Amino acid sequence: MLVSYKWLQEYVDLTGITAKELAEKITKSGIEVETVEVLNKGVKGVVVGHVLEREQHPNADKLSKCLVDIGEGEPVQIICGAPNVAKGQKVAVAKVGAVLPGNFKIKKAKLRGEESHGMICSLQELGIESKLVAKEYADGIFVFPSDAPVGADALELLNLDDEVLELGLTPNRADCLSMIGVAYEVAAILGREVKLPTVELHETSENVADYISVKVEATEDNPLYTARVVKNVKIGPSPLWMQTRLMAAGIRPHNNVVDITNYILLEYGQPLHAFDYDRLGSKEILVRRAKAGEKIVTLDDVERTLTEDHLVITNGTEPVALAGVMGGANSEVQNDTTTVLIESAYFTSATIRKASKDHGLRSEASTRFEKGIDPARTKEALDRAAALMAEYAGGEIVSGVTEVNTLKQEEIVVTITLDRINGVLGTAITKEEVATILTNLKFAFTEDNGTFTITVPSRRRDISIPEDIIEEVARLYGYDNLPTTLPVAESQPGKLTPYQAKRRKVRRYLEDAGLFQAITYSLTSEEKATKFALETAEPIRLAMPMSEERSVLRQSLIPHLLEVVSYNRARQIENVAVYETGAVYLAKEAHELPEEKERLAGAVTGVWHAHLWQGEKKAVDFYVVKGILDGLFNLLGLENRIEYKQAKRDGMHPGRTADILLDGNVIGFVGQLHPSVQKENDLKETYVFELALTDLLHAEVEEIRYSTIPRFPSMTRDIALVVDKDVIAGDIQKAIVEAGGELLKEVTIFDVYQGDRLPEGKKSIAFSLRYFDPERTLTDEEVTKVHEQVIKEVEEKFAATLRS
Amino acid sequence: MKERLQQLQQEALEKIAQASDLKALNDVRVAYLGKKGPITEVLRGMGALSPEERPIMGALANEVRAAIQSALEEKQAKLEQEEIEKKLASEAIDVTLPGRPVRLGNHHPLTRVIEEIEDLFIGMGYTIAEGPEVEKDYYNFEALNLPKGHPARDMQDSFYITEEILLRTHTSPVQARTMEKHQGRGPVKIICPGKVYRRDNDDATHSHQFTQIEGLVVDENIRMSDLKGTLQAFAKKMFGEDREIRFRPSFFPFTEPSVEVDVSCFNCGGHGCNVCKGTGWIEILGAGMVHPNVLEMAGFDSKKYTGFAFGMGPERIAMLKYGIDDIRHFYQNDLRFLQQFNRA
Repeated sequence: MLVSYKWLQEYVDLTGITAKELAEKITKSGIEVETVEVLNKGVKGVVVGHVLEREQHPNADKLSKCLVDIGEGEPVQIICGAPNVAKGQKVAVAKVGAVLPGNFKIKKAKLRGEESHGMICSLQELGIESKLVAKEYADGIFVFPSDAPVGADALELLNLDDEVLELGLTPNRADCLSMIGVAYEVAAILGREVKLPTVELHETSENVADYISVKVEATEDNPLYTARVVKNVKIGPSPLWMQTRLMAAGIRPHNNVVDITNYILLEYGQPLHAFDYDRLGSKEILVRRAKAGEKIVTLDDVERTLTEDHLVITNGTEPVALAGVMGGANSEVQNDTTTVLIESAYFTSATIRKASKDHGLRSEASTRFEKGIDPARTKEALDRAAALMAEYAGGEIVSGVTEVNTLKQEEIVVTITLDRINGVLGTAITKEEVATILTNLKFAFTEDNGTFTITVPSRRRDISIPEDIIEEVARLYGYDNLPTTLPVAESQPGKLTPYQAKRRKVRRYLEDAGLFQAITYSLTSEEKATKFALETAEPIRLAMPMSEERSVLRQSLIPHLLEVVSYNRARQIENVAVYETGAVYLAKEAHELPEEKERLAGAVTGVWHAHLWQGEKKAVDFYVVKGILDGLFNLLGLENRIEYKQAKRDGMHPGRTADILLDGNVIGFVGQLHPSVQKENDLKETYVFELALTDLLHAEVEEIRYSTIPRFPSMTRDIALVVDKDVIAGDIQKAIVEAGGELLKEVTIFDVYQGDRLPEGKKSIAFSLRYFDPERTLTDEEVTKVHEQVIKEVEEKFAATLRS
Repeated sequence: MKERLQQLQQEALEKIAQASDLKALNDVRVAYLGKKGPITEVLRGMGALSPEERPIMGALANEVRAAIQSALEEKQAKLEQEEIEKKLASEAIDVTLPGRPVRLGNHHPLTRVIEEIEDLFIGMGYTIAEGPEVEKDYYNFEALNLPKGHPARDMQDSFYITEEILLRTHTSPVQARTMEKHQGRGPVKIICPGKVYRRDNDDATHSHQFTQIEGLVVDENIRMSDLKGTLQAFAKKMFGEDREIRFRPSFFPFTEPSVEVDVSCFNCGGHGCNVCKGTGWIEILGAGMVHPNVLEMAGFDSKKYTGFAFGMGPERIAMLKYGIDDIRHFYQNDLRFLQQFNRA
């Protein structure tokens, strides 16, 4: 809402308060004043001039030579390029020495051989935005009404000495979408009175009922419809003061009738519509829901197809307006209009919002209806509009108002105690202070022993419960005056849940292991949604996505981590190690919320470790990533319950991928991307993993319990086994552990060899076995006995031979 | 005999002094103190001495032996020391060469901010509540006093999946869910961090996905001054002990009264600068007293219980705190960006 500081003074006394000070006060007490715009963009020395003579410039087709009386001695000659300059006009003249916006100084000049002592200005040249300039002056100079005094300050007449406050209104403060509403707010802040406009109606002896009858079918959408008829109007420009006020409020002047409806909209917050009565085509108005497929051409000359959701004003058969949003072209007020039907109605917000959204039409009117208007002003606004049309369009007001009123307006009465106010705010405000605030708000109230009974005026539709009154008191009392305390309550310890604490440790571990935490988008493309997913479900699609790329909820974190790797590689960062924890979304039944499962995923590529001058350089491989995950399982106490199993997965290298099992159930996988996927994404050898974090963190683990530190020495025996190439180490290790029994405490693989020194198709794996008993020192004999048993078993099981 | 002994001592001490390594020194030891050495030999000749002279000579011989012994030891220690020093000198390295790097990652700046805030409120007795990102319209809007058709729903254009299910537009539904779980009994004292989604085009200041942290306290006798005190304590811990806060009236459907909360600018201390656009204050939070409708819908008696709630954006806080100029950085995961937040 744009509020003219000068106009506002019509309703509330602003003596002693500058526009800027006012803005600060309004902001502090509840409505943010976003800007205070000074309308004068640095203009000086522009006066009203009277064009006494105008003739063609002798040397230029498009220029006029004018003799202009500027109220100072002899008339001056001014060359003007505007096509609409004419003898007898009152115009804005920038005198020699004047300054125009952009510090443009006016000097005596010679234009094509003719002297020019100043410049006749358009409104744009005075700093007014083009979109606010009335169409007739859009391409030329502005013409004042003929009674403008010669030599007078043009800025003053154009109200460019004004300042405009832009209010950033929250949705609850629709009451401030009108000058009168703002006046009430300002009056409450300043503790001053509100002066409302007075309406004097002079009606003819004719009865409005002879002109029009109104029927409302859709009373839910339109509980109040009022109309008046004004005849014998003469369409012309509205008074200059009205035009300038409209411009200050961001509305382009049109003609007197339309300007008056807009003026009332700004003044009362009540949208009006003026129909050309003679173009209605009937003597009746019927308000109803549109029929599906019904059409209307609106004022902007767009044909719109309607649905049953839309409310229309009809002449009994044809729509003549899309209610509350825009009038129809068929009944538009035009220059030859003589009889006007003014509509002032209350349309409920939901229906208007729907229409405005469906047709992409947001007007000053629809905005107000959407946010809710004050129906108590509907009729008064209608009367005032009629009175202004009589005054400024020469109209005669047909007697009476035609009205359909099914409004059930209940009075809102709120009761609240002083104790409650202070209890909720933590203040010690007195009864008298509360009374003053309510008085300044112009709320009717009674007070009995600290209990306030308040009748809320209909303009403040945002107030209906005691808490609303508390807020009014708080904001006008001033939040700066609120004390600072802490909740007085039994103190309880705050703590992370075990899940949250573990998740933090997991993140920290991965970071300390060399991975960076990434956070990527949850929305992805349909194509990427299910790729690499541990579990898949029907993709969850947005009803109205903004792009295909962000249209479906992800089921794996890996696709976006690969994007991160690509993004970095494209910026010459070759070594990338990232992880992410985040939800994936698995659909259930359509009416149910999907299951959200937290995943942990990573992507690693490039050189893992380099210490070049000492000759160390290690590229990322499967075992680098596996080692990191092993550390993670250790951290979670799951190391003995985890198993890796060779696996084939879409998008993964078939020979370098393992499923990860916890207690025999797959909870994730790790491996190299399939070379074709690498190529597609412009990646080098890249390893990824994804784990079901929720399951990992919820896996029950035993509490830490101390076990005795061994006091007896252990004994280590090494063996190297030659086996077929496709025998896997994990199986041998498992067999060794089983065969070793109680005494075998640790098995480590310390060498794997395959090559020239072994027969074709064979490999050798060397294990180190550590035996020990916590209770005693083992003898060589007993270890040998067990160890030989181990060897025997693996030899048999895997057709292994000991390598000498 | 006495002369012989003194001469031997003299000779031995000279040879010890001359010995340049441990081997030479050992040769001296063997030569003079060995069983076949000259001192032993001299002592063997003691039988020829008179009983009066014998003890005198014996004592002298022991003295000589001891002197040689001690000279040997001293020299040995010295030579060993020299040897060690020589060895150590040969082992010297260039300490300016680079060390073997330890590879470290670090957490995302948003996590950094979120955890700092979490820890701060945990310290004040809060627990952390989490909830689904795909949410029912009921919890996202209706339970928060935003019935269907409410004008404030315009403020948050949302990603709907069906008419009743959408991506949550704020973390407030977690508040509604938590209160519901409490079945009308206080106290509730939580903060809810998490991802939220809005139908915005991504640009320097907008992101269709971002994070939020909300706080909620519901109990008997919770006052708005408690909200002010809590946020003041938070601002001081988060942005510095000199920080002040101020409330500006505002509107949220789920709180009444509602306020926007400014923190005095941590860049200029409130004098006015680029960061605070010359105002001395930075808007950082929305807050208010929980609307009675919200309490009642979650099963709390609004006559008995009051509460406050607040919400903030970790992106905004991180952007202000670290001077980040574009919100998209958070989701691009450029390592050159992420690496900058590696300090403890």
